[in-house]
Amino acid sequence: MDLDQLAVRLRSEIGADRVLTDRQQLRTYECDGLAQYKVMPAIVVLPATTDQVAAVVGACVEAKVPYVARGSGTGLSGGALPHADGVLIVTSQMRAILEVDAPNQRAVVEPGVINLQVSREAAPYGYYYAPDPSSQQICSIGGNVAENSGGAHCLKYGFTTNHVLGIELVAPEGDVVRLGGKAPDPPGYDLLGAFVGSEGTLGIATEVTLRLMRTPEAVRTLLAAFESTDHAGGAVSAIIGAGVIPAAIEMMDALAIEAAEAAVHCNYPEGAGAVLIVEIDGPADEVESQFADVERHCRANDAFEIRIAADDVERALFWKGRKSAFAAVGRISPDYIVQDGVIPRTALPDVLRRIADLSGSSDVRVANVFHAGDGNLHPLVLFDESVAGQADDAEEVSGAILDLCIEYGGSITGEHGVGMDKAKYMSRMFTDEDLDTMQLLRCAFDPEHLSNPGKIFPTPRLCGEVPGRHKGVHPMQESGLAEVF
Amino acid sequence: MPTDATLEALRKVCDERARPAEEGDSVADVPARYVAAPTSTEEASEVLRLAAEQDLRVVARGGGSKLGWGAPPTAVDLVVDTGGIAGVVEHAAGDLVVVVRAGTAVVDLQSSLAGAGQQLALDVPEAAATVGGMVATNTSGPRRLLYGTLRDLLIGVTFVRADGVVAKAGGKVVKNVAGYDFGKLLTGSYGTLGLVTQLAFRLHPLPRVSRVLTLEVPGPVEAGRAVAAVLESQVVPTAVEVDQPATGPLTVAVLLEGTEAGVAGRAARAADLLGDANEGDDVPPWFGAYPFAPDGVGLKLTCEISGLTRLLVAVRRTAERQDVPVDVRGSATGVLYAGMPADTAPDIAAAVLADLRAAATTYGGSVVALTAPAAVRAALDVWGPVPGLDLMVRLKDQLDPEHRLSPGRFVGGI
Repeated sequence: MDLDQLAVRLRSEIGADRVLTDRQQLRTYECDGLAQYKVMPAIVVLPATTDQVAAVVGACVEAKVPYVARGSGTGLSGGALPHADGVLIVTSQMRAILEVDAPNQRAVVEPGVINLQVSREAAPYGYYYAPDPSSQQICSIGGNVAENSGGAHCLKYGFTTNHVLGIELVAPEGDVVRLGGKAPDPPGYDLLGAFVGSEGTLGIATEVTLRLMRTPEAVRTLLAAFESTDHAGGAVSAIIGAGVIPAAIEMMDALAIEAAEAAVHCNYPEGAGAVLIVEIDGPADEVESQFADVERHCRANDAFEIRIAADDVERALFWKGRKSAFAAVGRISPDYIVQDGVIPRTALPDVLRRIADLSGSSDVRVANVFHAGDGNLHPLVLFDESVAGQADDAEEVSGAILDLCIEYGGSITGEHGVGMDKAKYMSRMFTDEDLDTMQLLRCAFDPEHLSNPGKIFPTPRLCGEVPGRHKGVHPMQESGLAEVF
Repeated sequence: MPTDATLEALRKVCDERARPAEEGDSVADVPARYVAAPTSTEEASEVLRLAAEQDLRVVARGGGSKLGWGAPPTAVDLVVDTGGIAGVVEHAAGDLVVVVRAGTAVVDLQSSLAGAGQQLALDVPEAAATVGGMVATNTSGPRRLLYGTLRDLLIGVTFVRADGVVAKAGGKVVKNVAGYDFGKLLTGSYGTLGLVTQLAFRLHPLPRVSRVLTLEVPGPVEAGRAVAAVLESQVVPTAVEVDQPATGPLTVAVLLEGTEAGVAGRAARAADLLGDANEGDDVPPWFGAYPFAPDGVGLKLTCEISGLTRLLVAVRRTAERQDVPVDVRGSATGVLYAGMPADTAPDIAAAVLADLRAAATTYGGSVVALTAPAAVRAALDVWGPVPGLDLMVRLKDQLDPEHRLSPGRFVGGI
């Protein structure tokens, strides 16, 4: 079956208005949030139900055509980059919140539901959905599940994987499977745990059961300005070392602050070499005492200005500079690469110094924005594509930063995913055996490699014939070496 | 001393730490043939490579406290004792991370972490339990309400595949999405996917202060009401547990942890919510202990949070109907453990299991028979229905195509 025939079949299966093949329309979908990779898909489908997703996947499998799932397209690793000879399955038409079940602390949603919408719906009951990627106003739950998205508050509350209790998925061969649900600890392998963060390579989630958390009684947020990232890093270590786990600790360096000021006028303290945003939440009594500790540790590490948010409006202003930092960098540089490496928190001062050295010796500017509490760096490597050689230099610095992360025992990605972008770095972090073993899981789910092929793994593993399972008499028994006990 | 080719080969790897199995090495009454105790990942790899060559069925053993859990293995040629693969590899206190070998006793790990004011935030039901054994059986306790379970704390894993290949996934940083999360697949896999040799966990600070409120209530309905009141509040308990003995009143216990000033205020508010509660510093003796003896019948029940009361009622009803004492205790997260005496008749145990499975399913959950005397277990559907089983079998076929690792212990005969 060629792609034209497949389009005809898809139109008859799910309706002509849900299948796009017009090049102008396809162009909208040629990249995700990582715009340097662009591929025009052959066909885009916009299914509205699980059955329609299953029908599309089934048709692709029969035709041996690869397919890629896409939510809102805000991903930063090219995970939803389309396949030129494949189908892009966009879940944005599946955006019903099916249930907010406060007594069970769960919400059941379709994959196209926007992250922030879940908390909005749960708020009247006194609950919220904890994972909060910076793009939470537009990113989808299905995309969050695929990428195991984090966010500023995952230091205390964990990542998407810690908040997904159940999924309905269309497995890569087109079967609809349910894993988990509202109750904890379903028997069997934790396939759900492996599915979350599998970047669309193990199938497509069509319904997700989420944990809702009780809204904290109190939230206190402070913004502390320091002369340098070393001082700010010292404050972070002191806070964590004192046994306090804040809801979030975020750091920005001077260049990132400059960009944020230019873009959103967040009015951070002037002359700061680094700012920290620290948020504490929980029961009011507990928050008061911990917040006092945090303030003390910031002062002890030479914070020259500390602002405390008086209300939600001021808190939002503190966060505005941080959450808009990536886009803001566009104000000070025509192009940039966002990295997502992770290091042990205690290595922060060393690694920041070495990033500064890299930047200095290569003449490539690097702005640093990061989740300081868990060591997740987001170096923004700035360049101008119109200047010959700059893009290559930036790519080189970017790769060198990931090498640094690995050297310090960290990871090449903390929350953005490997996708297309970082597949080439996987073998710096894992051995061939590690990657080969991971792909055994892939082979169990998707032996034909049709579900989002070419992502995560630098070299796909061939899924050979599975040797026959051990049956009948044990060979040792048969050969007389062993007796039946 | 009997010698044979297999033993000779095992001794080349493990010296005198390889030996013929004795009666005490049986797994759920299934006798083993050899025991080998490698002392490193490399040795474990050689042992499993040898087992692959000689087509040996392998069961891993940590402290042995839950070796009889799950279904009995169909056969055991080789028990791999992980006791020699022990010790903390790295405790990065400033990063709240520990890397530890699988055969380390959990109590030893906790006492070493406590020196730095830190903990692996997991309850330890048996002193003998090893870190690897807890991962294999996905052990959890009351504090899962606040801290989650192993799947939430495990950040990196090194394991040996059935063919002897050493693989790792994750790492030693808390935030990491590079590659598939094999740690989660191995957690609760009962040794059927590989032999775990090294693990990395995120840690938590030890709380400065803790307070415990206990409340005696006449029946499941009152217990459920007390639990719901605390869960719906904003006091953020570390654990909320219910103990329902076979007869008599129930006890609800609420554990609060935090700072001196914070806990005092929260305890006062929780006491208001509960009514007539007693306040103290220590958890009651039943807290976090299984309600069954090692040789008794033990079940794990799950349900949606709001199904707790009705499941407690279902336990009392089936106990009455089958005329057998059933103790049950568990947490507000929707995980309960039920216990029956070792001398429970097999048909009675099976009837109770069927009743409770029906009830738990109504409330979104499941029931697994964790442990039982051999005669009883033979009458039980240990794992019950398992959604997604087809994909699980396919995963097993990929990692252990000959089904030599813990054969038959897991769901669907895996």
